Amino acid sequence: MKKQVSLAREYTKGLWEQSPVFKQVLGMCPTLAVTVSAMNGIAMALATTFVLVFSSFIISLIRKLIPSQVRIASYIVIIATFVTIVDLVMRAQFPELSKALGPYIPLIVVNCVILGRAEAFAAKNSPLRSLLDALGMGTGFLIALASLGGIREIIGSRTLLGMQVLPDAFEPWLIMILPAGAFLTLGLMMGFLNSMVERRKRRDEAAVLAQHMRKPAVAIMEGQEG
Amino acid sequence: MSSVTVTEAPTGSELLLSTSPHLHSRWTTKQVMWFVVLALVPCVISAVVYFGFYQLLVIATAVVFAVGTEALIQSLMKKPVTVVDGSAVITGLLLGLIVPPNFSLVFTALGAVFSIAIGKMVFGGLGYNIFNPALAGRAFLQAAFPVAITTWTIPHFAVDAVSKATPLAALKFDRVMTDITPLVVGNVGGSLGETSAVAVLLGGIFLLVTGVANWRIPAAMTVGVLIFGGALWMIDPAAPNPVFHIFAGGFLFAAMFMATDMVTSPVTGKGMWIYGFGISLILVLIRIYGGLPEGVMYSILFMNAFVPLINRYTAPRIFGEGQS
Repeated sequence: MKKQVSLAREYTKGLWEQSPVFKQVLGMCPTLAVTVSAMNGIAMALATTFVLVFSSFIISLIRKLIPSQVRIASYIVIIATFVTIVDLVMRAQFPELSKALGPYIPLIVVNCVILGRAEAFAAKNSPLRSLLDALGMGTGFLIALASLGGIREIIGSRTLLGMQVLPDAFEPWLIMILPAGAFLTLGLMMGFLNSMVERRKRRDEAAVLAQHMRKPAVAIMEGQEG
Repeated sequence: MSSVTVTEAPTGSELLLSTSPHLHSRWTTKQVMWFVVLALVPCVISAVVYFGFYQLLVIATAVVFAVGTEALIQSLMKKPVTVVDGSAVITGLLLGLIVPPNFSLVFTALGAVFSIAIGKMVFGGLGYNIFNPALAGRAFLQAAFPVAITTWTIPHFAVDAVSKATPLAALKFDRVMTDITPLVVGNVGGSLGETSAVAVLLGGIFLLVTGVANWRIPAAMTVGVLIFGGALWMIDPAAPNPVFHIFAGGFLFAAMFMATDMVTSPVTGKGMWIYGFGISLILVLIRIYGGLPEGVMYSILFMNAFVPLINRYTAPRIFGEGQS
């Protein structure tokens, strides 16, 4: 029997530690394709979160009824139901946003984050835990897409959420709202975040060593690098 | 370079142990890099002669920011700072010479930072980059500021200043052919260092004679353009003749200074021919059928990506090894 993690952890792990975009590198298609502006990123992430939360919850509820041979097909049917709901609601209520996101809303069906959580988590855990896990993953997805979209919007079209934030003297970098800009921004963000994690890990290790060796942590860190 | 590895020369009493093949070069990395800088001097002079002294500022900006970025990144990553080897200077110089005249200094600086940071340091620095850093910077500028990078200036001593465009743009958009003579002399529109065939060849031949650039790559590219461009010209006489292809645009400059970059070109002789032919084929296709007037940048970047593959397939068979 594996150790049960706290309910709060089930939510918070998706924010950063197992962030679907930065750590699991899942759901790259919408991440790269629709984040030309912060608004698009947020809308995409919210739509995905809706589908993720409901499908994870339902799958977890019926996890013991689904024969394992047809589980993937069953997941897809459940996911597709919620995607259809999102798609129709968005078309009716937010026609402009729906047009901007284009085919990427129906494509949520094949988003790896959703199928991944269904297979890796919801199929093995209680409905409450699955719900929290899905919410956490959704929030992590939202953080990633909103920041990526925000950065690309600021540099690529001088605005953030439609409001101008950079002066006219700044020539917008067209590349940032082209596909190449998505790859560049995501790559740089991942590299930067990973290097921060790496640095923190090294500092923690040095602190532990320092306790044992009664030396200042800084000296150990410098010794390690040398 | 086919049969030559460039290493730091051993200092005196050191004993070097290595496995065969024992290839060596007359030159060290540092010497090679400064030879290239020297070879680019005629192009810098032609840029100043045809487009004015402001261009020196553009080139200097590119060099300063390229070197500065490399030094900054190396010190941030706590690696030895190796800007004295001159490779960043070359990247800066090359980038400065392939932007249009009177290009914004801010954009030039951005391009230089991108060249070094993304084109080179991200991959691990000199020797590890897949793509030619200067061309990567130029491609970034092309995608980021498409208007600024296609705004051309009429050169001094222009024969007839009817069009501000480059000879290739004139051909593509207005169906106007430019004579070969101004292309050789260089009083035509174009990027700073590429307009004068004489200046480019002066530096290029110096590189070929010293062996810094391998002759096979420019040779393969020239032969390739003559074959592919010639074939298309035979089919459709309205297409430009292959000699025009060679002298127009950045072909010569790229053949001498860009494609011959040791890091991003194949190491075997056979590989260099494949690489050169590949570049010229894509170049001719882009120039004649593509949406852009000039395709030399993308054709080299494209073939850069194939270099590891070319190296693998043209690797010489080890003596005694079976047929693969």
